[in-house]
Amino acid sequence: MTEAEDVLALAAQWRSEGELVAIATVTETWGSSPRPAGSQMAVTRSGRMAGSVSGGCIEGAVAEAALASIASGTPQLLDFGVTNERAWEVGLACGGKVKVFVEALA
Amino acid sequence: MTPATLAALTAARTAKRAVVLATRLPSGEQRLLPDPATPAALNAAAGTALATETSATVVLDGQHWFLHAFNPPPRLVVVGAVHIAQALVPMAAGLGFGVVVVDPRRSFATSERFPGVEVSTDWPDEAMAALARDQRTAVVTLTHDPKLDDPALDRALRSEAYFIGALGSRKTHAARLARLRELGHDEAALARIHGPVGLDIAAVTAPEIAVSILAQLVAARRGAAIARKPAA
Repeated sequence: MTEAEDVLALAAQWRSEGELVAIATVTETWGSSPRPAGSQMAVTRSGRMAGSVSGGCIEGAVAEAALASIASGTPQLLDFGVTNERAWEVGLACGGKVKVFVEALA
Repeated sequence: MTPATLAALTAARTAKRAVVLATRLPSGEQRLLPDPATPAALNAAAGTALATETSATVVLDGQHWFLHAFNPPPRLVVVGAVHIAQALVPMAAGLGFGVVVVDPRRSFATSERFPGVEVSTDWPDEAMAALARDQRTAVVTLTHDPKLDDPALDRALRSEAYFIGALGSRKTHAARLARLRELGHDEAALARIHGPVGLDIAAVTAPEIAVSILAQLVAARRGAAIARKPAA
């Protein structure tokens, strides 16, 4: 089934309104990750947010990365997992792992 | 994502064309598939992603590609612009279904009763010929009127629709099956009909009945055990 909340369409609309927008997409999951690959979240520099890439565990960190990609224009591939002692200092309470691709809308 | 890629993706989705957005990881290079200028293996993987409605990362020739499948919304044909349909349709849209309401009775099938929804006032058999095209279609009849429900079910049974449901009591449904049998449908075909449609959650109100129908529809689409019909 398609996502009822069309994150990509909303991101495109925000971009057309002149907002600076980044999109985060789940590209791989392991274990009991709450959202499947293809789940998306859009973030604007002004602070608007739509969609999700987890059950709420990593959205804050992803939003920060999104702002960085908006500023640099460089995409990022992020790893999240409970066993992951990365700089993000966030993990998934469910014990799953996800990869999230973050890119700015040019 | 470049403006050109976003525009092409948006155009494909608006035209309800199935496409895959392929993103090379971690560089972010992107292309829309299928695309004749792309290696056959990558196009084939994109075809699989669309057929299984599953987005995934694949590794081809040492390159990592995230294949994001964008299929058009699965279709739900609702026959009967009745009160339950008014509750059902907005919920179904919220679940991501592309909904069409079919009812030749123009006093029921109004845009005031179904704002922003595709409404057909053709007779169900004519409307169904155009609508029930593939395995991504579900059909639910709600009118209780054999003149409207029967031709819709007859057509639905001749289609590949993955879900066919009919509202009405068990007694009504037995009579309905007898009529459809006379139209030449065998027991295996008739067993495809969920009737009375909906999971048994003791629903009473129109929105509750809508929830019970949609719960069964989601269960069927996702292959849940609860959606398997008991042996007749």
